[in-house]
Amino acid sequence: MSVSDRLHASRFAATLLVLTLAAVAPGCKKKVPPPPPPPAPHTEPAPPSVARASVNSFTAEPSTIERGQSSTLSWSISNATDMSIDHGVGAVQSQGQRQVFPTSTTTYTLTANGPGGSDTRTVTVTVNTPPPPPPPSTGPRLSSAEMLQQQSQDAYFDYDKSDIRNDARDALTRDAGLLKQIFAQDPNFTVVVEGHCDERGSAEYNLALGDKRASAAKDFLVQLGVAGDRIKTISYGKERPQCTEANEDCWQKNRRAHLSAGQ
Amino acid sequence: MKRTILFLCAGALGLAQNAEIKRPIVVTPGEKPPIAVPDFRGAGDAQPLMGTFNRVVWNELQNSGQLKLIPKTMYPLTVPQQPADFRPPVNGKSQGPWFSDWSSPPVNGRYLAFGYTAAQNGQLTLYGWLYDVQQTSTSSAQLLAKVYVGSPDESGSRKVAQEFAADILKLFGGSSLMGSRIYFVSDRTGHKEIWSMNYDGSDQKQFTSYRTITTFPVVSSDGTKIAFTTYPMRAATPGHPATEDQPKIYVHSLETGRKLVYLNQNASMNAASDFMPDNRHLLIYSTASAGISQIFMTDIDGGNFHRVTNTRSLEVEAKANPKTGADIVFLSGRGGTPQVYRMNIDGTDVARLTTGEGDCANPAWSPDGQHIAFVWSRGFEPGNFNIFIMDVASQELVQLTHGAGRNENPNWAPDGVHIVFSSKRGRNTQIYTMLADGTQVQQLTTQGNNEKPVWTKGTQ
Repeated sequence: MSVSDRLHASRFAATLLVLTLAAVAPGCKKKVPPPPPPPAPHTEPAPPSVARASVNSFTAEPSTIERGQSSTLSWSISNATDMSIDHGVGAVQSQGQRQVFPTSTTTYTLTANGPGGSDTRTVTVTVNTPPPPPPPSTGPRLSSAEMLQQQSQDAYFDYDKSDIRNDARDALTRDAGLLKQIFAQDPNFTVVVEGHCDERGSAEYNLALGDKRASAAKDFLVQLGVAGDRIKTISYGKERPQCTEANEDCWQKNRRAHLSAGQ
Repeated sequence: MKRTILFLCAGALGLAQNAEIKRPIVVTPGEKPPIAVPDFRGAGDAQPLMGTFNRVVWNELQNSGQLKLIPKTMYPLTVPQQPADFRPPVNGKSQGPWFSDWSSPPVNGRYLAFGYTAAQNGQLTLYGWLYDVQQTSTSSAQLLAKVYVGSPDESGSRKVAQEFAADILKLFGGSSLMGSRIYFVSDRTGHKEIWSMNYDGSDQKQFTSYRTITTFPVVSSDGTKIAFTTYPMRAATPGHPATEDQPKIYVHSLETGRKLVYLNQNASMNAASDFMPDNRHLLIYSTASAGISQIFMTDIDGGNFHRVTNTRSLEVEAKANPKTGADIVFLSGRGGTPQVYRMNIDGTDVARLTTGEGDCANPAWSPDGQHIAFVWSRGFEPGNFNIFIMDVASQELVQLTHGAGRNENPNWAPDGVHIVFSSKRGRNTQIYTMLADGTQVQQLTTQGNNEKPVWTKGTQ
């Protein structure tokens, strides 16, 4: 059969069914008894009265703090089996206190559950944000030369020697850090490593020894990564003493390498 | 006309204006020739100037350290003033003043200086002779016969006296210090600068005014140049203060005072230590090439820079043998402490001259190339130096100063007899001279601190 033929056929069947039911339905009336009424509700006896969970008190002291300070939450709860505070405090006992460090204004909710019911209470800790710091001063900062003068350390040497001894290593290591910092923030700055001697040897030999000390100090700084092309050495021999007493204390002060600002 | 008369007069006395000086006298080593130097008298207007004249002649001969001057109290009463005053004895009998007056006791002299002065034609004229009074005739006795002229005043009197004394000293193979100057470092202006003065400390004059640290002077043997070390000042720029540049060698003319061209090596340290005897090269110590102080030689303008030492130690203070220029002495730390070494100029044949104990410094050749003076801390704590002289060939030592303290930078006078040095004997450091046997110490400076003296040749 073709499609259109089939449609015709199904439509005919449906119409036939509807006509049949219409014919039968009124004629199928029997007498059916009404359904029985539902049974009367069974009245249970009233259960014994169980108190509801109750939050007696929930406070925060102090209620207003500066950022970084703490506040203490205190609570008292009755008739609860399961008690907790949010914002990370967690499960709590029925009485208690907890120190909290909110970084911004926070409302804490205490939830108490019990067989008799639940209760919640909230308390708010207000956090004051501190005033912003004053803007950086627009006055003159320390110049590179001032930084060098105030923060650099001299390296000291033994008599007639130019070896970098342990205390000199420490001083020069600190100086290396200082120089890298200064060079980074001041691309035009150069430094001079001066070599000095105590008064005892001849001026001519001390001129050469002072130069060797300055060289040794510069090499140490360069090995630690300081830019060598920004360091110049100059020997003053014994021509520029720090002190003039004839004792070891003064002589040691003069046996040194010293950093100063270049041009 | 006047000149002709003078010449004739001189001729009559057996003198020429510039009489030749006879052969130098051979001096027995270790002995100082005994010489009598009586006071000269001046005719007429010359007499008032004779105090100065006699004092200067005496001091020049005395200070030379080369002669034994017989005290005037020993002299006979009659003093000859010209050769004609001498009368040889006849048949053993005295006929008047004779050589034996001076060669016998109590004078016991060998040489006699005599003469007189006269003021004429607007000038002071000195007629001077030196006789060997152990000879037997005036002709064989005469060693010097000369006329000297100067202005008829104190200055002229001083001049003729110095010239006469210088000629006498020349006869004994020595030289006068007349005209020689000492260059040194003084801080009396507030900065270390180069100064100069006469060899007796007079006429102190400032030579440099660089207003920084200027030091380590060295002078050429022909007296024409000076080299020194200075820290040239670099002017302040906006945001940067004035700073000192690394030590550099400067060369100046001693004739004009002007700075000459010297090309420094690009190094952290350059210092001059000596001119070569040819006066056309400099010995320097520098950190060029090696990064540590080594000895180099350069031309007088800094060119032809070439290396003399080759070590990893501090090498400084090279001085050339003034006689040969073929070897040097220098100070080296190669043995651990600073010691004096000798080496050929080509770097061969290195030898340590000092013993190795204590610290040494400042080697300096004598003009004859046979001795060096140097300083040494032997017997004292480091920093206390005394001056020693060493015979280079035998390494025999003589100690010239003996105290604790600092005696430094000894340098020889052109006469090979005097040494100039600095010493800290009080609060300050001053410059002194002495004879090369340590005697006759004389202080030349008093103001500020004065050091590092070097002695240029005189005009004689």
